[in-house]
Amino acid sequence: MSDLHHDPANITNPEHHEHHIVGPSTYLVIYGTLLALTAITVAAAFVEMGALNPIVAVLIAVIKATVVILWFMHMKYQSKLLKLTIGAGVFTFLVLIAMTLSDYMSRAWGLW
Amino acid sequence: MVVTQPGDLHEEHEHEHVHLPQHRHHFETEEQQREAASFGMWLFLLTEIMFFGGLFMAYLLYRNWYNPAFVAASHTLSIKLGALNTAILITSGFCMAMAVWAAETRKRKALVNFLGLTNFFGIAFLVVKYFEYAEKWHDSHIPGLKFSIADFGKLGVDMAQKTQVYYSLYFAMTGMHALHMIIGIVLIFWYMVRANRGEFTEGYVAPIENFGLYWHFVDIVWIFLFPLLYLIDLGAK
Repeated sequence: MSDLHHDPANITNPEHHEHHIVGPSTYLVIYGTLLALTAITVAAAFVEMGALNPIVAVLIAVIKATVVILWFMHMKYQSKLLKLTIGAGVFTFLVLIAMTLSDYMSRAWGLW
Repeated sequence: MVVTQPGDLHEEHEHEHVHLPQHRHHFETEEQQREAASFGMWLFLLTEIMFFGGLFMAYLLYRNWYNPAFVAASHTLSIKLGALNTAILITSGFCMAMAVWAAETRKRKALVNFLGLTNFFGIAFLVVKYFEYAEKWHDSHIPGLKFSIADFGKLGVDMAQKTQVYYSLYFAMTGMHALHMIIGIVLIFWYMVRANRGEFTEGYVAPIENFGLYWHFVDIVWIFLFPLLYLIDLGAK
């Protein structure tokens, strides 16, 4: 784990990032945030909001997952190559879900 | 990015690094090797997203089709146990993150201890899960094995039968999640033995780092399972 770069011409790995060590204080803040969000999502479930309940629950889950990915999984400090790959993968996943759901939910359109 | 000093200093440094035991000859630099490892791990996790995604897709679809059955069945889960398990798993994830930090800062004892704590909370999660499954067994809510619609009489027989779809998905999703945890727990024991030998605190942290990615991914799956299975139908009648 050297702090000197080995590739002065920067040819082999133009996206190269120096390794970034995330420390305990950051992890503690993230840990607290995740626990707080868990408490909020449980509390929100007891409030009657009708159709908003699932939306709020999933939204909080997405925020929690993003926090975990960015800090616990160090995505915030990774190269653009890695960020773009993960982004593309998640995007593809969302497209698959959206297309499948739109198919099933529109099959009996107007019949109910 | 640090600008490299040309000349002897750099040469010496590179020479020293090329001979580190973990550095494979087909990688230009150690950093490149490390990023390749992390890239590979993330690609694996993307396949895992697609794999769990199929289950989530099935859940979304059947939840739309058999909503009353899903509402009634999800009311039989214990929010207390679910929330407790969420907190336990987040704690375990925090310990895993600290284990990665300990490996990076070359603290052998701390690494072993944090791996142990990660494992402790991982096992605690499975113990709570066991009590939840036992309750389902006791209440005859296990499709195909021990199932009765007695608790769902007011839905009407047809819709009450559809609660089996909910429980099938509940067991498939939480079961697959638990299987991932069991694999992780076994691996942690193995990593603890190796960490104790000092294998990951001499600059070779990729295995711990990549295992951390796996463990956090399993956390994320639970972060979605908890609201979907336990919470979102709480307010619905």
